[in-house]
Amino acid sequence: MALSVPRDQHTTDTVLNARSDARAQGGQSTEWMPHLPASSSPFAPAGIDPAALVWGEVVAPGGYTHKVVARGTRIRFDDPTGNACATLVVYNALEPVERLNVADTQKIPWQAYLGAGHPLLSGDGRVLASIVADTSGRHDAFCGTSTDMWNERKYGDSRSEGPTPSGRGLLVKAAAKHGLGRRDLPPSISFFQGVRVESDGKLGWQGSAGARTYVELVAELPLLVLVANVAHPLDPRTDYVVGPLHVHAWRGRPTGPADARFGTAPELERAYLNTIDYADARGL
Amino acid sequence: MTMIRSTVPVGASFADGSELDWAQSLVPGLVVLDARVPPNAPWSGVVAAGQVLTIVDVGGNQSGDCLMYNAADHDERYSAPDTLTWEQNAYVSTGTVLRSNEGRPLMTVIGNEIDRHDTIGGACGKESNTLRYGHHVMYHHGCRENFLAEASRHGLGVRDLVSNLNWFMNVPVEADGALGIVDGLSAPGRRVAVRAEMDVLVLVSNCPQMNNPCNDFNPTPLRMIVVEPS
Ligand SMILES: [Zn+2]
Repeated sequence: MALSVPRDQHTTDTVLNARSDARAQGGQSTEWMPHLPASSSPFAPAGIDPAALVWGEVVAPGGYTHKVVARGTRIRFDDPTGNACATLVVYNALEPVERLNVADTQKIPWQAYLGAGHPLLSGDGRVLASIVADTSGRHDAFCGTSTDMWNERKYGDSRSEGPTPSGRGLLVKAAAKHGLGRRDLPPSISFFQGVRVESDGKLGWQGSAGARTYVELVAELPLLVLVANVAHPLDPRTDYVVGPLHVHAWRGRPTGPADARFGTAPELERAYLNTIDYADARGL
Repeated sequence: MTMIRSTVPVGASFADGSELDWAQSLVPGLVVLDARVPPNAPWSGVVAAGQVLTIVDVGGNQSGDCLMYNAADHDERYSAPDTLTWEQNAYVSTGTVLRSNEGRPLMTVIGNEIDRHDTIGGACGKESNTLRYGHHVMYHHGCRENFLAEASRHGLGVRDLVSNLNWFMNVPVEADGALGIVDGLSAPGRRVAVRAEMDVLVLVSNCPQMNNPCNDFNPTPLRMIVVEPS
């Protein structure tokens, strides 16, 4: 969707005219954009006080976003069309060497498939974020995201500025904006496009649960969140089909012993204990 | 030499009387490297493009946790998800191409004497052990610690640790998504052979885990043999 105005309608021959021309472009809106302040988001989740929002954004198909959020923040991803694919990496914002560890995230809970109640674990025995709500149930922690090589082979192009961007290419840029390099990108997970392991080990495509599903996370530590919204690498469609991704976040509190999810499994309880121990010692 | 007594609670080492089979390279060729990795210890080596690394499970069902890096550019390293995506399969077996985070082949499994190997279960570590077993095992040594120690010899650190491969470890994924480390499929002297598709730095942790069946509760040695195939 181009909002651009034809060349002959721009008067930009002097600095003052160029300034007027630029300023005249403000105040417009498009289908995919951050909304500031977040309370002005037209897509604020029902039941959430807009004044509590700290993040309101629609990520374009093939786009990416990133933000640092406080401990306790609740983060919600909405897939309004059934074609979003939120590829996610999270870090402890205070020490980004502590980051999502997909292997521990699958192994420690004895469960390969992500869903409500599942922790996103770091390699340091702590919970970076908890999945606290999930109406999709179609997620993937096996395949990571597309590389340039993958998309060039599949679509003939992988450029971030092109029509079939690779997830890794976008995550490299999101990470770089926080001073992180390629070595700081661990395997990622994807929400809204599912993969299931068949009896012979084959990774079977499950895809989307349909339009209007969402996933909610609680940040258990100060969190750097990187998200790319790109076609899942195993998406069998010949075309590169991705829908917009809504992201909202609002103030909340981290998981504590009073929450039912705290003690649902011994591994999880110890992971929360480790997380709270770290936060207490740091004065968070 | 006098036996030094120590109060340090060191992890398990293989039990007296364990059957050991040191075997030999799975493919013929000129041996350019031959190392015996003691129980619980890390190892690293560079395997040049075209050379073949044989890993021998000397005592049987001993997990060899493994990470690989492009020796010329360590930012390019083993990627479990890219390996699984390209194979479209959750397990590592004969013919599996071990890919980098850029999708390029690092190594290929060209010989294999057990059903399958794992690349989902990751590595044990002091901290993750506390989740799995309780804080009373915090003092145990782990693969993450081995990786950090060996990585540091090559200028690498915690930022360079990613989901790894586990030779000789068995992690089935069941229909409902249940997954876990279960009894191994290997035996003393069983081998896997991987051919380097570029010059590859290989880090291995001979897993010191004593709390699950990944080492059959009896950590044993591994043997690493690199040959220039004839
Ligand atoms: Zn281990």
